[in-house]
Amino acid sequence: MSEETKPMTLEEKLGLLSYKNDHQSHIKVLDAEVCLGCANKPCVTGCPAGVYTWDAAQSKIIVSYENCIECGAARMLCPYNNIEWHPPRGGFGVSYKYG
Amino acid sequence: MPDDKFDSIIVGAGPAGVAAAITMARAGLNVALLERGEYAGAKNVQGAVLYSKMLEEIVPEFWKEAPLERAIVEERLWIMTKDSAVLTGYKSAKYDTQPANCYTIIRVEFDKWFAKKAEEAGVSLLTGVTVDDVLKKNGAVVGVKSTEGDQLFADVVIACDGVNSILAQKTGLHREWKSYEVALGVKEILALPREKIQDRFALEGDQGSTTEMLGDVTKGMMGYAFLYTNKETLSLGVGCALDDFQRTNIKPYDLLEEIKRHPLIRPLIAGSKSVEYSAHLIPEGGYNSMPPLYTDGMLLAGDAAQMINPTHREGSNLAMASGRMAGETVIEAKKRKSFTARSLGLYRKKLEDSFVLKDMEDHKDIEDKVRKNREILTVYPALACEAAHEYFLVDGMPKRDHQRRIIRRIRRERGIFRMIKDAMSLRHAIG
Repeated sequence: MSEETKPMTLEEKLGLLSYKNDHQSHIKVLDAEVCLGCANKPCVTGCPAGVYTWDAAQSKIIVSYENCIECGAARMLCPYNNIEWHPPRGGFGVSYKYG
Repeated sequence: MPDDKFDSIIVGAGPAGVAAAITMARAGLNVALLERGEYAGAKNVQGAVLYSKMLEEIVPEFWKEAPLERAIVEERLWIMTKDSAVLTGYKSAKYDTQPANCYTIIRVEFDKWFAKKAEEAGVSLLTGVTVDDVLKKNGAVVGVKSTEGDQLFADVVIACDGVNSILAQKTGLHREWKSYEVALGVKEILALPREKIQDRFALEGDQGSTTEMLGDVTKGMMGYAFLYTNKETLSLGVGCALDDFQRTNIKPYDLLEEIKRHPLIRPLIAGSKSVEYSAHLIPEGGYNSMPPLYTDGMLLAGDAAQMINPTHREGSNLAMASGRMAGETVIEAKKRKSFTARSLGLYRKKLEDSFVLKDMEDHKDIEDKVRKNREILTVYPALACEAAHEYFLVDGMPKRDHQRRIIRRIRRERGIFRMIKDAMSLRHAIG
């Protein structure tokens, strides 16, 4: 009777947000070697905006800083302190409408 | 710019920062309020529940002008399994007053208004400014530096830059939080017509309800889900200890989607449309994780100082109260013309005499106790639901046999002795 609309994907949810992206990233994975030794890669699953993805071909973490919603989890998600995260420069990054 | 000197610079235009700013500006101090977002609130996420008392102390009769959503008349706690819940709570017409005990708010709307009150009081609000370091002279904090290299000077800097505060670290007051000292919350704002909200939650006019949900909704992780009613939207979210997300590799957005499909939550949000997705860290370390709250030339307030009481779902009111007390401290320090740690120590005394540190101290061990006995989060909800299920089931079996079944189940799952131990351990943690 009531139509079940397909749940939104993460990309669609991020698409609802307003971002002002800087030309420079505010996030850096410090040492790619360290990621090779990381078994469960909590940054890939724990980031609520999917900023970190594991590229098997390149054997490294790809950082999509433009998706970052600045929750702050990244610094602590990495068990090896291998993510350097600062807030974006003033006025850049995500701007919530509801919050 | 280098010749500008303010009486105080506040970093962060959230509840703590604005409260401090208004308090000092009203006493005639020259205050700068710096915000890294395009506008106050741009970077903030909250449930969100606003507690009237602490706001009233800063803006009397705020309810006549503040953007408020619904006046909360019902506070619900659901103890859940994957298909059932023991529903508890309290609803009272007595809460429908002016002002109400608490309101739901839309955080960005509220912060914009609150920051405007600061400007009306004479505060210089500077948005789009990210502070990335303090300026020091002879070991004391004398100002701040922005990512663009601008320097601003003041007698006292008040760090209200939230859970991701870097100022406290820059001054050496603390190192980074550990993953067990914070929770990660994800949230969606779901648009739903006003009448539907009123009907589904049995509300009249602008009354509102809050629901906190414990149990299977967090899949064994420490945390809870929440569902709050706004005027024409619902706030639905879930927050769990970050180290649990690390350990389980559960994706926060997947968890939220699963919660939406829960048979008891689904009908409440049916037909709604997601209009915003957000996420933020929440301090969870409590009293034991609090950094020193002041040093020469600087004070910390709000989330930057771990001022959250998760047991009671309070944080923004601790932020407002601590911001106000920080402002009052600076006013006194200015009279003495001394901004050393010794002079600013009045801040700690004010906090200790208030509910802020009293509540935080009383609750300092709860999280740790629950962490050490994680089964409390899964075993008890399951037992409660099974006992209730058995109690209400009418299947021809005599009541005494139903009761025996319940007792046998409890004995097997947890044991009476262990239950008493659990209750005693939590009692010590609260009192």
